[in-house]
Amino acid sequence: MQNDYSAWSLVRGASAGHRNWRPAWTDAAPKPAYDVLIVGGGGHGLAAAYYLAKNHRISRVAVIERGWIGGGNTGRNTTIVRSNYLYPESARLYDFSLQLYEGLSRELNYNIMLSQRGLVLLAHSRHDLDSMSRWANAMRMNGIDADILGPEQVHALLPDLDMSPQARIPVLGGFTQRRGGTARHDAVAWGYARAASDLGIDIVQNCEVRGFIKDSGRVVGVETTLGPIRAERVGIAAAGHSSVLANLAGLRLPVTSYALQALVTEPLKPLLDSVVLSPGTGAYLSQSDKGELVIGAMLDLFPSYAQRGSFAVTQAIIAGVLTLFPSYSRLKMMRQWAGIVDVVQDSSPIIGRTPIPGLYINCGWGTGGFKGIPAGGWTLAHVLATGENHPLAEPFQLERFLTGRLIDEAAASGIAH
Amino acid sequence: MQIPCPWCGVRDEYEFLCGGAAHIARPPLDADDRQWGEYLFFRDNPKGVHLERWRHVHGCGQWFNVARHTVTHEILSVYAATEPAPR
Repeated sequence: MQNDYSAWSLVRGASAGHRNWRPAWTDAAPKPAYDVLIVGGGGHGLAAAYYLAKNHRISRVAVIERGWIGGGNTGRNTTIVRSNYLYPESARLYDFSLQLYEGLSRELNYNIMLSQRGLVLLAHSRHDLDSMSRWANAMRMNGIDADILGPEQVHALLPDLDMSPQARIPVLGGFTQRRGGTARHDAVAWGYARAASDLGIDIVQNCEVRGFIKDSGRVVGVETTLGPIRAERVGIAAAGHSSVLANLAGLRLPVTSYALQALVTEPLKPLLDSVVLSPGTGAYLSQSDKGELVIGAMLDLFPSYAQRGSFAVTQAIIAGVLTLFPSYSRLKMMRQWAGIVDVVQDSSPIIGRTPIPGLYINCGWGTGGFKGIPAGGWTLAHVLATGENHPLAEPFQLERFLTGRLIDEAAASGIAH
Repeated sequence: MQIPCPWCGVRDEYEFLCGGAAHIARPPLDADDRQWGEYLFFRDNPKGVHLERWRHVHGCGQWFNVARHTVTHEILSVYAATEPAPR
């Protein structure tokens, strides 16, 4: 069944007029009942479906998606992967995710174009230097690669950075995670979708959940625009719309939805071969394989479900980038957009059971969901299959907001909250 | 987005700071962990009309409440911080 991609298949396709290609996954119609239903066909939902079939041999599974797969935040992020978090719980979870990313192209037989070009964080003040030393040392204590950089080393990695004596924002140093980098976001969604579809999972698009079917307090299915679908267990992986879905089930979450925007320039020849984060200006950027500079912003700091982002933030972020890289001032911006992110108070995800039997959730990734896709899918699949939390997800439960056992990654999440 | 400050008139969004959901009542001091956690962290987060607090930080410095739609960003009403929730 699986359609292997290789140089040979390209040659074979070329000689046969490229009529040998089949759709990568089956666009399914929903069946009346499943063992497991996943609401949300982004990276996390598709990965969870794949790992349910692969790790737990459960393939009576459907992923239902309101729009098209990978059309939400999976298609709207800045494609950065990294595991530079502060606390041991986060380090374990995010580094597991990065390790899965490192083997994902082979695992899925789908080139996700992982490029571990290295991540550079800039320190603009004495305070930044101190906090970044702590941060990098915490990473090393957790067994994750991190190297503190002096200003000369930063300049060698980023020759376009304004490090002149009259620079408006001085760069005093920074640190790097060399295993960090970027991956092709669409390929992650499509690769998981193809692999899940090959294992017998139904991917249902244009199917919006309108309500939950309950039987004596237990969730036993969903009402959708394509009719009712029953399932033993239902998992929600809906990022910025988690609260909307949870409210339909009668559940309140510690989540606030914000717009997080990004923008890209016109394509250029290679000029930036690291991922740069400047927490001081709120800007982060990298160059895509197409040549565009992909620029990420800080949050629009008011609740929003509008996938566009404020012009005030666009202006602020461009000002930040141009102050750091004055030579980019003539570039034309090609596109600007926003994704709706699910921010919780401690900037750490929630993966596990909910107080409602039969209902499970993966949310709260906030501004950092893309890098967490493999681990989020893996751990959500585990709890959906076994009913028990995955050991990596055990600290990331909803109850922590009632017990006070928060994992405060606000500083390491990389984006001003 | 432009926000009509009740004291200064219509100004651009970047003069303001959003203070999050309005009308959150502090529970009594003998609240249990559940009540306290829900007070601190759990929010309605509606896709639709949201009642929220704003402060004109780069202007008069005053707090006030706004009813705003979270998809269109349309501001439906502006009222004093001490007034009860509309409707």
